[in-house]
Amino acid sequence: MKTAFTVNGKRRAYAGPAMRRLLDVLREDLALPGTKEGCGEGECGACTVLLDGDAVVSCLVPVGQVAGRRVATVESLGRTERLGTLQEAFLAEGAAQCGICTPGMLMTASAYLRGGGTANAAEIRRGLAGNLCRCTGYQHIVRAVQKAARGSRPRREGGLGQARRPARRRR
Amino acid sequence: MPAVKRIVGQSARRREGPDKLCGAAKYVDDYRLPGCLFGATLRSTIACGRIRGIALDPAFPWSEYVVATADDIPGANHVALIENDQPLLAKDRIRHPMEPILLVAHEERAKAYAALAHVRVDYEAEAPVLDALTSTTVFKSFAIERGSLEAGFAAAEVVVEGEYRVPHQEQAYIETNGAIAWWEADGTLVTLGSLQCPHYVVKALKASFALPERKVRVVQAVTGGGFGGKEEYPNVICAHAGLLAKKAGRPVKIIYDRHEDMAATTKRHPAVVRHRTGATRDGRIVAQDVEILMDGGAYVTLSPVVLSRGTLHATGPYDCPNVRIRSRVVMTNTPPNGAFRGFGAPQTLFAAEMQIERLAQKLGLDPLTVRRRNAIREGSTLPMGQTLRESVGARGALEACARQSAYARRARECARWNRSNRRPSWRGIGMALVHHGAGFTGSGEAYLDSRAAVTLTRDGELRVLSGSTEFGQGTTTLFGQIVAETLGVPLELVTVETPDTARVPNSGPTVASRTCMMVGRLLREAALDLRSAVTGGKGRFPATTMALRAAGRRLCGGEASSTFEAVYRKPGWVSWDDATYTGDAYEAYSYGAMAVELEIDKATYEAAVRGVWIAADIGTVIHPLFAEGQVIGGVTQGLGWALLESTVYENGVMKNARFTDYTIPTALDTPPMQVRFVPAPYSLGPFGAKGVGELPMDIPAPAVAAAVRSAIGRFVDALPITPERIAQALAKDRAA
Repeated sequence: MKTAFTVNGKRRAYAGPAMRRLLDVLREDLALPGTKEGCGEGECGACTVLLDGDAVVSCLVPVGQVAGRRVATVESLGRTERLGTLQEAFLAEGAAQCGICTPGMLMTASAYLRGGGTANAAEIRRGLAGNLCRCTGYQHIVRAVQKAARGSRPRREGGLGQARRPARRRR
Repeated sequence: MPAVKRIVGQSARRREGPDKLCGAAKYVDDYRLPGCLFGATLRSTIACGRIRGIALDPAFPWSEYVVATADDIPGANHVALIENDQPLLAKDRIRHPMEPILLVAHEERAKAYAALAHVRVDYEAEAPVLDALTSTTVFKSFAIERGSLEAGFAAAEVVVEGEYRVPHQEQAYIETNGAIAWWEADGTLVTLGSLQCPHYVVKALKASFALPERKVRVVQAVTGGGFGGKEEYPNVICAHAGLLAKKAGRPVKIIYDRHEDMAATTKRHPAVVRHRTGATRDGRIVAQDVEILMDGGAYVTLSPVVLSRGTLHATGPYDCPNVRIRSRVVMTNTPPNGAFRGFGAPQTLFAAEMQIERLAQKLGLDPLTVRRRNAIREGSTLPMGQTLRESVGARGALEACARQSAYARRARECARWNRSNRRPSWRGIGMALVHHGAGFTGSGEAYLDSRAAVTLTRDGELRVLSGSTEFGQGTTTLFGQIVAETLGVPLELVTVETPDTARVPNSGPTVASRTCMMVGRLLREAALDLRSAVTGGKGRFPATTMALRAAGRRLCGGEASSTFEAVYRKPGWVSWDDATYTGDAYEAYSYGAMAVELEIDKATYEAAVRGVWIAADIGTVIHPLFAEGQVIGGVTQGLGWALLESTVYENGVMKNARFTDYTIPTALDTPPMQVRFVPAPYSLGPFGAKGVGELPMDIPAPAVAAAVRSAIGRFVDALPITPERIAQALAKDRAA
C-alpha cells in the first residue's frame, strides 16, 4: 500500500503496512529521529507531532491515517544555529533538562500557541498536561511558553507561590 | 580586575540545549549502525526456584536469530558491583521475577521479541520471600550509638513513638534504558548507552568478558534522565548487548520498552522505620532510638550504600546527645532495588521529620518551634560523631522558608478555614527541614581516587576532560563555567569532552550530589595548575582565541596538547573509621526547608497542593537557573512519591508497570513553587559550592504529611497519601 503525505512541508511517500506507527515511519523510514518514544501507549506525550496543526501522539497513529495530511515534527521548528521563538524561550528559561520530553513538549506547546493559547499559567498547565516531564517539575516550561506567548519577558506565575497579586486574566 | 565578566553565579545557556531543542541530540535509540541487530531478553516468570531446562522450539527458524545464554559468557557470569552475587544471565537458580535468562537478536526488533515466545523454560518453583519483615537473609546492617540511650530516655519528659512505611518508587526517566554494543577488529568491546557511570560499566564488562581495561570502551549517548535509575543498571544491559554482539559478529542494540523497564529495572528501596524519641518539656530532643528495615530485592546491588546513607541521615538535621540507630537491608525475591535520587535518605528523613510533628503535638508546640529548638549549627555533633566545622545552613534555610511562606499567617488561615463545617475542604500547611551529605560516604571519596583534567591544545583549544555525565542537571555547562571563571576566559572558549572512557579520566560516578562539589573542585584545581603553567604566576591568562593559540604553541612545544589532571586528596581534617562507622561521614551537607499548603476535598479525600516554598543552602550557587530547575524537579518527584506514585506488586513483580497505572505528576498536579537560596558556602567547594541533586527529593514527603496532619488532625504514616489512606486515617479515629 502506498501512502502520500506531507512532513515538515515536504511531500513524502510511504510504501508498507498501513498499521505501522507514524512514530516508527518518521524515525526509521524518514530519518527524523527528533520525535521520541517514551511509553508507546499514548501516556507520556514524548512522541507528539502536529497532524494538520493538531497535537497527536504519533505512537498511536497508524501511518495509513495520515494519507493526504500534513505532519509537522520538532525538526520543523528551527535549526541549532537558528532557533525558533519557542525554542529560544525554552533555552532561556531552562525548560529543557535531559531533553527527551522536549520535542513532544515543544510540539504540544506550539499547537497551544497556534490555537490562540494565552500566557495564562493555569491554561498553559492544562494545555501541557498530556506531556510528562520527569526533570523540570514543569515550572520552567510554563515560563517558557508564557514568554513565547507574550513575545517578551515572562512574569512570575500566579497562585499561592506569588508574592504579589497575580496578573489579571486576559480575555 | 578579571578579564571577563563573572561567569559563576550567572545562568549561562545550556551547552547542549540547541541540539536538544531541535531534535538533533542523539540518544542511544537514535543511532543507526549498519548491520545492527536488535536484542530482546527472556525473563523468568517465577519469583524463586530452579531452572530445570531451557528448550528452543524445534519448529522455529532459529538460524535467522542469534541466541545467547549463560554458557556463552566468556568471563564471569556476574554483574560486577559491590558483591558479585547477581548473575548476568540466570543459569540454575531464579531469585526474582523478570530475571534475565536468555537473549535473542534479530534484524527486526518485533521479531526478536516475538521469538521469546518460542523458548520454553522448565522451572521448579520454590516458595518466595516477598515480605522484607519475614526475610532472614540480611545483606548489610549498621549500628550507630552516641551517648547513652538509657540516660537520654531517663532524662526525657515526653516520649513519642512511630512506625513509618515508605514504598518503592520508579525513577520514571522518560527515556528507557538502552545500549548498543559492537566489537572492533582489534577485539575491543565498545558500548554506547544511556547511562550515568561509564566507568562502572567498564568494570562490569571487564569481568564478564575477561578483558583488560584497554579493550573496553564505554561511551555515553545523550541520556534522557537518570535519577539513579541509570547508575548501576546499565552494567546489565551493556553486557547483554555485548554478549549478543560477540555471538552475532555485528552491532546489537537493546532498548527496553516502558513495561520492561519498569518491571525489570531498579527502584527506590521500600522501608519500614521505627522511631522512639524522647524530649524535655520545652522541646529539646534528648534521646532517639531508630530502627530501619529496607527491602533490597533479590541481589545486593547498591543496597549496602543506600542503607548507609539512610542510616547516617536517620535522625534528621537535629542535635541529640543520645542516639541509637540500628539498620538492616534484607533480601526478598523481587527485582533488585537500587539507586534513586536521595539514596536511602528520603526514606529515613520522612520518619525523622514525622517524629518532630508527633513531638510538637505531644508538647502542644508548633512544629516550627520544635525545629528551631533542635536544628544543628556549626559545632553540632551528628550521631556518627561528626562535628560540623562550617557551612551549616539548616537554621538559615528554616527561617528563610518560614518567612517567604508566611508560615505563621497561613497556619492561622488554615485553622480558621477548618473551623467552619460548611467548607468543602480541609486546608493545612506543613513544613520539613532536611540535610543531605554531598559526595560518597566516609572513605568512599578517597577510595574512588577521582580524576578530572583540563587540556590546552597546540591550537589553543581549552578542553574539560571528566567522566561525569550530563543527563539533564547541566553538568557540562557548569564545568565550563567553573573552568572559564578560574582561568578568566569567556565561557565560549571552553569545550567539554563527551564522556568516553577512551578519552576521559575516571572522575567517579555521576551520583551522590558529588558532581559540582567534588569533580568541580578537581576541575578548579586542574585549571589553576594550567593557569600557573601558562602565566608562570604573573599576569593574566590569555582570554582570546589568538592569544590562546600562541599560549598553546608555547606550552605544548612539540606535543599536540598539554593536560593538567587533578586527583582527589582527602582534606586533612576528614577522618572516618569504616570499622566503627564513626567520623566525618561527608565533607559538607546541603540543607533544605520546605513549606507546603494543601487542600483535601471532603467528598473525595483528594489532596491538592496549593503552594510550595523552598529555601535551600547548597553553598554558592554556580548556575541559578539550573539549581532552581534541580530543586523544582526534585521536589516534584518528591510530591509524586508523597501523593501519587503507587507500585502494585503481585508475586514479587510490579503489576502496574506502565504510565497508565503508575502515575507521575503532570503539569496540573504540580503547583507553582517559590525557591530561594540561602548560601552558607563551603570553603573547599568550587567557589564555595556544595551539592544540590538529591536534597530536593528529601523534603516533600514529610512536608506533605505534616500538611495533611494540619488539615485533618490525623497522622498518615505511610506513603503515598492517597484518598484511601486519608479515609482510613479518619475512619480509624472515628472507630476509636
